[in-house]
Amino acid sequence: MQIPYTSEHHPETGLYNAKLGIWLFLASEVMLFGALFTSYILLRMGAPTWPHGWEILNIPLATVNTVVLIASSVTMVMSWASLMMNDFKKYKMYMGITVVCGLIFLVIKGFEYAAKFEHGYFPSTNNFFATYFTLTGLHGLHVIGGIIVNAYFWGPGSKMWKTEPQRFVNRIEVAGLYWHFVDLVWIFLFPSLYLL
Amino acid sequence: MSTSSHSHTADAHIHHDAHHHEQGFWSKYVFSTDHKVIGIQYGVTSLLFLFLGFTLMMIMRWQLAYPGEPFPVIRFVLPIGIIGLLTMFVSGFKPSLGTTVGVLFMAMAALVWYLATGEERMPMGIMAPEYYNSLGAMHGTIMIFLGVVPLGVGAFGNYVMPLQIGAPDMAFPKLNMMSYWIYLVGGIIMVISFFVPGGAANSGWTSYPPLSEIATTGQTWWLVGMVFLITSSLLGSVNFIVTILQLRAKGLSFMKLPFFVWAQLVTSFLLLLAFPPLEAAGILQLLDRVAGTSFFLPSGLVISGEKLMNAGGGTPILWQHLFWFLAHPEVYVLILPAMGIISEIIANNTRKPLWGYKYIVYSALFIGFMSFIVWAHHMYITGMGTTISAFFQTTTMIISVPSIVILTSLAISLYGGSIRYNTAMLFALAFIPMFGIGGLTGLPLGLATSDLHLHDTYYVIGHFHYVVAPGTIFALFAGIYWWFPKLTGRTMNETLGKIHFWGSFVCMNFIFFPMLIQGMAGLSRRLYDGGEQYSHSANVIYLNEVMSIAAWVMAIFQIFFIVNVFLSMKKGKKTTDNHWEATTLEWSATTAPPLAHGNFVTLPTVYHGPYEYSVPGAKKDFTPQNEK
Ligand code: HEM
Ligand SMILES: [Cu+2]
Repeated sequence: MQIPYTSEHHPETGLYNAKLGIWLFLASEVMLFGALFTSYILLRMGAPTWPHGWEILNIPLATVNTVVLIASSVTMVMSWASLMMNDFKKYKMYMGITVVCGLIFLVIKGFEYAAKFEHGYFPSTNNFFATYFTLTGLHGLHVIGGIIVNAYFWGPGSKMWKTEPQRFVNRIEVAGLYWHFVDLVWIFLFPSLYLL
Repeated sequence: MSTSSHSHTADAHIHHDAHHHEQGFWSKYVFSTDHKVIGIQYGVTSLLFLFLGFTLMMIMRWQLAYPGEPFPVIRFVLPIGIIGLLTMFVSGFKPSLGTTVGVLFMAMAALVWYLATGEERMPMGIMAPEYYNSLGAMHGTIMIFLGVVPLGVGAFGNYVMPLQIGAPDMAFPKLNMMSYWIYLVGGIIMVISFFVPGGAANSGWTSYPPLSEIATTGQTWWLVGMVFLITSSLLGSVNFIVTILQLRAKGLSFMKLPFFVWAQLVTSFLLLLAFPPLEAAGILQLLDRVAGTSFFLPSGLVISGEKLMNAGGGTPILWQHLFWFLAHPEVYVLILPAMGIISEIIANNTRKPLWGYKYIVYSALFIGFMSFIVWAHHMYITGMGTTISAFFQTTTMIISVPSIVILTSLAISLYGGSIRYNTAMLFALAFIPMFGIGGLTGLPLGLATSDLHLHDTYYVIGHFHYVVAPGTIFALFAGIYWWFPKLTGRTMNETLGKIHFWGSFVCMNFIFFPMLIQGMAGLSRRLYDGGEQYSHSANVIYLNEVMSIAAWVMAIFQIFFIVNVFLSMKKGKKTTDNHWEATTLEWSATTAPPLAHGNFVTLPTVYHGPYEYSVPGAKKDFTPQNEK
């Protein structure tokens, strides 16, 4: 028997199953990052000294990364909008850019990490670096997850457009919500780690 | 085991319903996406884990009753082995149910033998102190995260909830399957940790740093295992909530939902939102252990006379906050599904509507909300100050109100009913006073003044075991007796059931009531020798033996349960689809057992509330929800 509301909207909630599901998942992610941010605040408040992010971290690189990630969020929306307008070619292009932006973000992050290691800064150095590596590392894992999903929908997963177009559009919408969240986390991370 | 026997009945249905396509063995019973099969997988696995957790405690209880005396391996292993051999002998060693039970007992004997021997664990047969700590920590962890929650939510929730709301399956069947397998991996990691150097985690189920951070590798395994379990519960809870919100049958509005479904809904929200902070904490502790960070390690820590070479600057209290932010809601995860089961059984067996259904539902929702702001009542002795402590005392007193409302409503529901005393109902009836004791003994722990005395004593152990053992576990037993006819189309044996009930009921109280007495005398928990060396426990120390004997006797009564399950699966009386003459959808709209793949021949439509029993003017004393 077919599961109801896999692609059509539920009359009461106004959502299809996967969309409700991703919102719930994101709620739990908010609790995960919320707990880590809170830990960061508590540790910092309790510490006799705590370096300012801008003294040690590379702000230009992080700014570039912020721009890259925001751009990828825009192209993510565009890819979804293209599907809504039945333009599969444009979808491919925008989704492709999204994936590439994600990769650029990771590469830049990689350079940042490498520079820190070279200077002998590790998670064990102090709680500032412990927090920095933990938060950005966990965020990086989320970026990797998002790239894998988006790349799949760009490549083999896009076959569904021919068979079940509505469901495919929904999938892109759901992936987009996740990607925006990853973007949003970074927008919190950037000022609180680098600028404060 | 029960999966394969269940398959016989399921097979029969495959042949009846030719339109159901044949599936291979693997996709039907192992990598199944059917919520009923997954529910049974969860059920079997979690029962085995409950059993393991209980076994650990039975071994510990020897050390508590007779500290320093060698563990009499033979006296424990031989009877279990003999029962196994005898059962196998009686069934002629042929592949049959009896032989299966026999093999199970033999495996149990081997397990006890393994756990209670070995030079590292039991030098000269006497339990090593570190091993005692491992057993205690793993008992708690296994009972809660691998036993009770997966049974109450994973098994009952998965099996019953979609049937009760008239859904064809869960909203995300593949995620459902993944959730089970990730749970299993987490469980296996926990079990493997017994075999790593230094043994399993030994810093308590609470894993407080700094102790847990300098502990042996078992703790790392514990953390990794927990990450799997949290991931599994995340997938499960998203699935449950979406299913309940989206897939209810036509006409099944929220106020027509059986309370069991409400309980699962609130539970899922708790799992969804409370577990991530523990995951965060787990990640931080893992990094402390493997990457040399100091999130939870203060500066200048000296261990065994040596200064710890770490950056410092962390705080152990942070862990406690993150841990209890999960672990308080977790107690409602343990108790709400139990209340859900009890409500179904009480309404049916009193043949009356549940008294105050609305208040029960609102109370559950209120509990769900409040449970996020009471966590620090576990931390009064950390010296967090009177203002914060006043806040948490207040919220704690407030949250006790809805629990009392639910319990009182259940008790009032009994009034004036013509009660049917079947085994399921007996367990449900016992739940009320037992959970009552557990709840009431919690109040002094919620007030800082009395908690200073009682904190970390056996009083705490007694308190929460009343909630989870004769409370939740009884409800889970009740649920098994109750839904067995739906699962198998047969009923469980009432005589064996009643022996199981009365035996367990008496033993439970002999195990846990003395703990309250010991705790009030000031006897600390987690003591390797049961408190023998303290003068203030001299008057209550004899109770250790009483409790241990009661625990072992209770094990014997569980044999009646095990035998009953296997026996009834094969030889139980065949019954109708609606054995209990119940109103909710899982009884009146599906066959028993439900169709092998898919739940309903046609999806039901709902016209009535969940508990329309003895409605004046109705044809029968029950009106199924789906009857016009
Ligand atoms: C009915 C059989 C049970 C017996 C005889 C039993 C006995 C005990 C005892 C004596 C302790 C204290 C050990 C110590 O302080 O050294 C303990 C701890 C504990 N038990 Fe049980 N228990 C049983 C069932 C359960 C169940 C069903 C649960 C949970 C659902 C549970 C959860 C715990 C937890 C969380 C701890 C604390 C562990 C720690 O100190 O880290 N127990 N149990
Ligand atoms: Cu609590």
